[in-house]
Amino acid sequence: MTRTYLARNPSVLWFLLILSLFTLGVTVLSEAYGVAFLSTSFIKTLGKTLCLCLAALAMDLIWGYAGILSLGHMAFFALGGYMIGMWLMYARTEGIVITALSNEALPATAQEIQNGIAGQIFGVVGASELPSVWLFAHSLPLQLMLVVLVPGILALIFGWLAFRSRVTGVYLSILTQAMTLALALYLFQNDSGLRGNNGLSGLQNIPGLADVSQDRISVWFLWASAFALGLGYLLVAWVVSGKFGSVIRAIRDDEARVRFLGYSVEGYKLFVFTLTAIIAAIAGALYYPQAGIINPAELAPIASIYLAVWVAIGGRGRLYGAVIGAAAVSLLSSWFTGGRAPSINLGFYTINWVDWWLILLGLSFVGVTLFAPKGIGGLFDLLQGLRSPDRKGAALGPDDGSLMEKEAKE
Amino acid sequence: MRAALAAIVLALLSLMPLAALAQTSPPLSAVQIVEDNRAQIEKPSRQTIGPVIAGLAGSGDPQALVILSAWANRGLGVRKSDGAFVLISETADGYVLRALDGSDAGTAARADITELRPNAGVRGVIATALVQFNLSDPDPARRADALTTIARDPAPELLDPLRASIDAETDPVLRARKDRLNRLLTLRFDPDSATRIAAVESFSGDLGLDLRGALNPLLATTRRAAPLGTAIDGNIARDLKPGSDLTEVEAYDLLVAANLAPARLTPAELKSALAANITDGAVAGIPLADLNTQAARNRAYTALEVAGTVPVAATDEEVTQIVAGHRFVLTYSEPDTAVTTAAQAVLTGIEVKLGAMQMADLALDALSLASIYFLAAIGLAITFGVMRVINMAHGEFIMMGAYTGYVVQLFIPNYTLSLIVALPLAFLVTFAAGVAMERLVIRHLYKRPLETLLATFGISIALQQLAKNIFGTQARPLTSPAWLDGALTFNDIVSISYIRVAIFVLALVFLMFFLWLMKRTRLGLEVRAVTQNPSMAASMGINPDRINMLTFGLGSGIAGIAGIAIGLFAKVTSELGNDYIVQSFMTVVVGGVGNIWGTLAGALMIGTLQKGIEWFNPSNTLAAQTYMILFIILFIQFRPRGIIALKGRAAGD
Repeated sequence: MTRTYLARNPSVLWFLLILSLFTLGVTVLSEAYGVAFLSTSFIKTLGKTLCLCLAALAMDLIWGYAGILSLGHMAFFALGGYMIGMWLMYARTEGIVITALSNEALPATAQEIQNGIAGQIFGVVGASELPSVWLFAHSLPLQLMLVVLVPGILALIFGWLAFRSRVTGVYLSILTQAMTLALALYLFQNDSGLRGNNGLSGLQNIPGLADVSQDRISVWFLWASAFALGLGYLLVAWVVSGKFGSVIRAIRDDEARVRFLGYSVEGYKLFVFTLTAIIAAIAGALYYPQAGIINPAELAPIASIYLAVWVAIGGRGRLYGAVIGAAAVSLLSSWFTGGRAPSINLGFYTINWVDWWLILLGLSFVGVTLFAPKGIGGLFDLLQGLRSPDRKGAALGPDDGSLMEKEAKE
Repeated sequence: MRAALAAIVLALLSLMPLAALAQTSPPLSAVQIVEDNRAQIEKPSRQTIGPVIAGLAGSGDPQALVILSAWANRGLGVRKSDGAFVLISETADGYVLRALDGSDAGTAARADITELRPNAGVRGVIATALVQFNLSDPDPARRADALTTIARDPAPELLDPLRASIDAETDPVLRARKDRLNRLLTLRFDPDSATRIAAVESFSGDLGLDLRGALNPLLATTRRAAPLGTAIDGNIARDLKPGSDLTEVEAYDLLVAANLAPARLTPAELKSALAANITDGAVAGIPLADLNTQAARNRAYTALEVAGTVPVAATDEEVTQIVAGHRFVLTYSEPDTAVTTAAQAVLTGIEVKLGAMQMADLALDALSLASIYFLAAIGLAITFGVMRVINMAHGEFIMMGAYTGYVVQLFIPNYTLSLIVALPLAFLVTFAAGVAMERLVIRHLYKRPLETLLATFGISIALQQLAKNIFGTQARPLTSPAWLDGALTFNDIVSISYIRVAIFVLALVFLMFFLWLMKRTRLGLEVRAVTQNPSMAASMGINPDRINMLTFGLGSGIAGIAGIAIGLFAKVTSELGNDYIVQSFMTVVVGGVGNIWGTLAGALMIGTLQKGIEWFNPSNTLAAQTYMILFIILFIQFRPRGIIALKGRAAGD
């Protein structure tokens, strides 16, 4: 155990290298800082994809390493988006209201500005008072803290309740899905204080940066997303590489045995659950300013299942697999559903990919689960000429289990 | 409003002039009254025609009835040649005329007669006047109509004719109606307090809507205010405390409306008053830049008040002071205290009874929702509960069943027949789909339950999109046969639609079927053996592959039938299954996996819970679902294995 962090995680350097090359390349090709080869909307798509990769990284940590299939991480992702969206919307509306009020004879009182903002934001849901959840919306630092705190505390409470009563396996999956559904239904109400069905909009206009054009802002957000992804990768790689990583992998493989060895299984699970919720929330806080709009449909249970799909296709239990899966599937998905994929004419029927992409995705997902449980990441094993030991389907012993994980890595 | 106006007009006008007519002169003939009021009858207006019609109705002349009903039905005209009123009836080329006293008056061409066409308001007044004639009409249908008219438009002067007609009534049903109507009118309009109280109390325990309609105007209240120490006239219901019963703002508005206090100065008015008095960049000596707080603005306004440039207005402290110096009460518009007390007692009784009825209705609703959840979940109780396979495509099997029903209806237009065909067909289609899925996908994943979840989810999105491609995104109808329309009605409040009854029955049938299948058949025995210990079962000669396949197919097939039932009351869309999948899993998990009674208990609990929460906040079903799910998450903390947990070896892990 004397080897350095980087030696234990050879993928980190490769990953950071590729990520920085990618960022540099996109910057050079962008409209704002380079040869204007890539459109602003495509750069936004790339930036959003990086955020999704970060969320997938969190999903890989909780599912691939700790064995908890959470179907609620997109809810944390969206909550992070809501938290930052509240500040974006408030600050921008505040600017508009102050401008409007400055035309009047008397200087505006603080109360008038407050009422004006509330009327602007909540007119659509028929309310005129600022709900108490918007208490901190005026302040960027406080709201940034909430990006971490709200999903973190929610995950902490939910995780504590679920893990202490030893809800595991598919039951936990269904429970997390129920949590997501409850949250989505709650936010769909008009009196939830977050504009119900309408969600928060106009998030792409960053207050204070009104003079900066969107093509510059999109590149800045791409940099921020890439930076966050790089940091997230370092953090998660560090978490899974040490003794802590061994324990959570052991929990995945045989929870009861770890408990009997004296480890606090609930504590480890709770830590991982909360940490990944926070990472997902930060990813969401970077994602939604690029998307421009957030509404409760974003945290429908299906979104979280897609997150699991990306990780599974990319290859769970390896960090770069999650990133590859999220990037590949979400980019392909936007390519297919954007109507840019060529239709296939079969003579009697034309396959229009806008209609058939989901079917292809669903079936390929079944295929990956059945035939390539390692996902795309398994290809790297082939490249390196490595295979998992073939044990003819017999159960692996406890010692061999951890060894196999190492073999698969190096 | 219109009814009330008409009632007041009639009340005032029918009593006074009639009495005057009766006392001062011998009864006039109907013809004479019409002639006397020629101008009014030719150009009637609802506000002024009252006395004329009342005079006609009260004349006692049988011909008055003929004239009034003719007038209301465009049967009264004016002959242009001599200006005489005539009763007209239309023929192909003109009118047949009769004089007002009933004698024959020949015929006239269409152009020679001006037909009188009273407007709807006047016709209403005439109709009310006619009611008293109709109450004693030989035709029972007309008597019934008259009663309906009175019930719709009750008025004090109808009370006497109604009472007079009761004794002569021969039809027992009409007599009962007349009696009830008499009591309803009595409790509102009778001059004698004791009679009214007796009428009110005679209704004790009655739930009729008409009674509540009669009692509510008696108990209508208004808020009033008076300075402390002065008496408030009127029938006081109770005192109001500013702050708890009504807000200070409401209390003050009441005082302003009663001219007991000066108008409050709203911030907007204050602002415009200040803006109107800006001199040299300052208001009353306070620079504009400093006026960005409410306190500074108040100071400026007070300064202006002192200077006399703006009217005196109440500030917040003054408002509090003024409100404290007044008494606020709720008064009944009905002046008789004894009557309101009796009415309130009866109404309270009604409300208690009504509450019980609503509870019963709520219980029925909850039961029907529970049977829907049970139906949606019973297939899962087999695939998830017994086999422990997480089938996320279960909702899509429900959808497939519903679409099968829709397709069958395209080919068989008879709804009853198509339903009979569709039920087994839906079972077959989803059975086949389930078997195919088990063979192709699930059997490879029995050892990896989490991955089953994901693989079946892949199938679920593929099936959903496929349905969208085939049937489009708009909702398709699955029409229920006519004999399932309508509702089983117990009384005004408690009722349940036949479709829901049918679903309840279907759920019961499936419960019986499941119990029979699992406990009484060879297949059930083998299923239980295979799920408990596959290798042991295999060594006993059972083919686990075949059993798994059949069981999974069975669970899916039941989902298909549930789909038809759900499609009958919900629109069939490709997202139909989505709406039920989480709730179905909840039902099975909450109830306790592996036990059909648990699923039943789970469905009952979720259904009752959802309806119960909806009852607290009826406008918001989303909130009900949210809180229900939160409750379930908490519930699982305390009973992680569900309501009915398997014990011992049957529990497996």
